[in-house]
Amino acid sequence: MVDRSIGRKIFSGLNGLLFILFSLSCVIPMIHVFSISLSSSAAVTAGEVTLFPVDFSVKSYEYILQNSEFWHAMGISLERVGLGVAISMLLTTLAAYPLSKGKTVFKHQPQFAWYFVLTMLFSGGLIPSFMIVKYTHLLDTIWALVIPGAISVFNVLLLSNFFRNVPKEIEESAFMDGAGHFKTLFALYLPLSLPIIATLIVFSAVGHWNSWFDGLIYMNSQKNYPLQSYLQTILLESNTKVMTKEYAALLAKVSDRTIKAAQVFIASIPILLVYPFMQKYFISGMMIGAVKE
Amino acid sequence: MNWFKIPRRQLPLYLMLLLPVAVVFIYAYLPMFGVVMAFQRFEPSQGFFDSKWIGLDNFKRLMHIPDVKQVVMNTLFIASMKIVIETVAAIAVAILLNEIVSKVFKRTVQTIIYFPYFLSWVILGGIIRDMLSRDGLINLMLTKLGFEPIIFLSKASWFPYLLVGTETWQITGFGTIVFLAAITTIDPTQYEAATIDGANRFKQIWHITLPGMKSTIVLMVTLSLGYILNAGFEQVLMLYSPLVYKTGDVIDTWVYRMGLQQAQYSLASAIGLFRSVVSLILITASYYIARKVSDHRIF
Repeated sequence: MVDRSIGRKIFSGLNGLLFILFSLSCVIPMIHVFSISLSSSAAVTAGEVTLFPVDFSVKSYEYILQNSEFWHAMGISLERVGLGVAISMLLTTLAAYPLSKGKTVFKHQPQFAWYFVLTMLFSGGLIPSFMIVKYTHLLDTIWALVIPGAISVFNVLLLSNFFRNVPKEIEESAFMDGAGHFKTLFALYLPLSLPIIATLIVFSAVGHWNSWFDGLIYMNSQKNYPLQSYLQTILLESNTKVMTKEYAALLAKVSDRTIKAAQVFIASIPILLVYPFMQKYFISGMMIGAVKE
Repeated sequence: MNWFKIPRRQLPLYLMLLLPVAVVFIYAYLPMFGVVMAFQRFEPSQGFFDSKWIGLDNFKRLMHIPDVKQVVMNTLFIASMKIVIETVAAIAVAILLNEIVSKVFKRTVQTIIYFPYFLSWVILGGIIRDMLSRDGLINLMLTKLGFEPIIFLSKASWFPYLLVGTETWQITGFGTIVFLAAITTIDPTQYEAATIDGANRFKQIWHITLPGMKSTIVLMVTLSLGYILNAGFEQVLMLYSPLVYKTGDVIDTWVYRMGLQQAQYSLASAIGLFRSVVSLILITASYYIARKVSDHRIF
């Protein structure tokens, strides 16, 4: 199939160029923001910063280090990821195992499957959901961020599909040895499903880290915002901050823009860190979910 | 009636489902019942049970608010443009990516272009706002080339296209995964035969690759039709401002502003209910069609 004609070479060249440009468009904004965060506010205002820091300065990071609100929000985010992943995984597993059983082993499997799947098709919408969270007294607590969305039906289906392919003989021998369903699930199924469990954990963690809208609506007080919700308010807020003396003195060294850039960069570090590990998983995860042949 | 009789052996399975069923009941099913507030003059202090029932009044009021029509039109316009352009982009990029011979180059490109999908819209919004601001990178280049700076995000006429453009940029890489997988299922002997028959690469793409991807393309388009009332809530919320409400306000953002910021709970949940019902019909229909055309089942 090797084609060495000139037309082919031109096409390959253009094609390669196109992908280099596409890749650059994905990388440059990130690098640009990083460079802004490491430049002096004067250089940023003068429009001298493109891809490399100009007049190198870590002042904006120093400012953030002293900003207790930022770290508090970061702490809430980390707590959210820890709690959220643990709760989601527990509930997802507990739901996936019975649903993976056939009708002979689990009599009401079809009814329960419908019970979960229906929620994928219809939802009460924003306002009624907000009201329920309010009535169940989760507002302003971390639980509002981890409980209402704890079960992703999509993940439940993914995991129960995986469980279904575990050889029946293994389960039968476990039952012979006197193990019950709980023991079989936790001692047999889970260890056998590590790849898919790892995928779900990573996706769930990334989802919790990235989500911000629930923080915005379920937290009445800004001090309970997770990092991304906090960032959202910071990024949309223009320079109308009250000019305290310290703030004015600070603005001589850093600018709103360098601080925002530094915060955006810090908030994306965890994603940058897990991305290399995620990569080998998400493609197969996507395939299981998207196209079943 | 032995429908309720549970064999002892199966009891643990029901116990396992207890917690998941409870959580789904409270946070997914109760909000569904909560949509009754669309038919009430809802007072938070009185709750769902004691608020006054006013029938279809909220829906009638909605029809007389000029914003509503605009918001629905904006949603349809932005969402349908996104569906078309994002699908075409993902297919095109998948085909072109498949043409890259060097394995190392291909893998590097893939790693990079999948990445924006994993950043939240807060971060992307922060970056995009900065890049498009008056003294951002784009305007920096424009002024160097001798153009006037453009305040992109304040131009109502540009805003829908900026939404489509930035989201396409964000998800195209990731969207190629499904289509690349479809390409790999095509029998390579077809290409060999075509080469012998003298078909060049473009003819091969047109007559073999595209038809080979057909069922996947139809499936993905069908499934996306169910989401035509989703114009990208988080993205819009992150990028818009009162200056571009006219073209950029979509149903979800309107519900958010009306309902949670101005406490018009009943009015907002009325349009929310309208949106949910239309979505339910569209999603059910698209799942049904997807099952017919490509035997795809969600469970």
